[in-house]
Amino acid sequence: MEQNLDKKEKRTCLYDKHVEQGALMSPFGGFEMPIQYAGIMPEHKAVREHVGVFDVSHMGEVTVCGKDAERYVQHIFTNDITGAPVGKIYYGMMCYENGGTVDDLLVYKMGENDFFLVINASNIDKDWAWMLQHSAGFDIELQNCSEDYGQIAVQGPESEKVMETVLGIPCSELTFYTVKTVDDVIVSRSGYTGEDGFEVYATPEYIRGCWDKLIASGVQPCGLGCRDTLRFEAGLPLYGDELTEEISPIMAGLSTFVKLDKDFIGRDALLKQKTEGVAKKLVGIELADKAIPRHGYTVLKDGQPIGEVTTGYHTLSTDKSVCMALIDSQFSALGTEMEIQIRKKTFAGKVVKKQFYEKKYKK
Amino acid sequence: MAKVIEGLFYSESHEYLKVEGKIGIIGITDYAQKALGNVVYVDMPDVDDDVEAGTEFGAVESVKAASDLISPVSGTVIEVNESLEDAPELINQDAYENWIIKVEMSDITELNKLMDATAYEAFCEEQK
Repeated sequence: MEQNLDKKEKRTCLYDKHVEQGALMSPFGGFEMPIQYAGIMPEHKAVREHVGVFDVSHMGEVTVCGKDAERYVQHIFTNDITGAPVGKIYYGMMCYENGGTVDDLLVYKMGENDFFLVINASNIDKDWAWMLQHSAGFDIELQNCSEDYGQIAVQGPESEKVMETVLGIPCSELTFYTVKTVDDVIVSRSGYTGEDGFEVYATPEYIRGCWDKLIASGVQPCGLGCRDTLRFEAGLPLYGDELTEEISPIMAGLSTFVKLDKDFIGRDALLKQKTEGVAKKLVGIELADKAIPRHGYTVLKDGQPIGEVTTGYHTLSTDKSVCMALIDSQFSALGTEMEIQIRKKTFAGKVVKKQFYEKKYKK
Repeated sequence: MAKVIEGLFYSESHEYLKVEGKIGIIGITDYAQKALGNVVYVDMPDVDDDVEAGTEFGAVESVKAASDLISPVSGTVIEVNESLEDAPELINQDAYENWIIKVEMSDITELNKLMDATAYEAFCEEQK
């Protein structure tokens, strides 16, 4: 592991193309990633109105194969994949015994005893250790193939057209959260923007070819900057902000993805949280002013701290300053008034739904 | 290439200062607005607040981050640019035309610590 001694950021298979195209680069999740090309606003708009392409090769991939594959996934995953058809995708979490979140992830059912797990870049080492640690007693083969795959996300209302005409990948038959494989290329209708879209997992060479074709055809390259504003507006959590070792999926309002009528690691703690209630809850807060509540800022009720902002922006789609915040549950009812400390001043706000943009998935 | 104007004073944190007698007009430079990207909010002090050279007096927010505003001189705020409250993007359109605060300076000798246009241009060049 000599190459890791200087803690240098890793590079994705598209690194040289980002630099060539003048992207602003910055470290994220252990990788040197593009933050923006044209700017967060025009990229955000391109995805909402037309189409954009993201390099998401930093994401980790783990395969689970073998006789006990389904039983193993059920054991570590909060969602229920029992009897799932091949080609279906599930979103959910891996949790600690105490209910805290190890990571949130996608589980792709590729075959009867064959699953493809997509995990966050910043958590690859931690997740991999966790998966190995809990694999005893299962007849499975686990493989961390994060280094083998490049990945792009083509997102926006025109993504289907671009996938078919520019990349030559027929995908109109895919419904949201389904996957298919074409000549070792994994194509799913999924994403992290609140728009219709696709994700393509393949060899670095193939992904580089796709990138070139998309850019040549005029598709807007997008950085992680607008990936965050897009997912935030759609109310999608980011591990590290809305989900952490301390923030369980129940606290984050993600009960839909936690099936308490099956057994998995952390189930008892989460069942207790669900039935007895949680001390802190994730809510949306809208400010009256334009000041921007950012990660870590204090939320106050009558001058007393009641929580912290997890993510906040002046949203591009609604022209309002809004945030998600983890606050004392007693103040989580819609309409509850509170303040947020922004530098030296406090700004009035109220609890709103933590989804600031209506998702436009193709069902 | 970022615009630099002759006759103004500049700080290493990319604020400019235009001197009119005892009054200092403070804003962020063209280099700073380009680096920030779309400005979506300007957090300004109140009139009569004291500011201190080298100390934060507000912030300029882009979509991705908040950047502190550092006062190049000490003094008292006599005016804030209220047009930025509704139209913070004016800073992107012309950072020099759209100043942020005016202060009555308390120590003119502080100007000696600031850069002139030529020095600031060279300073920006080094940042690349």
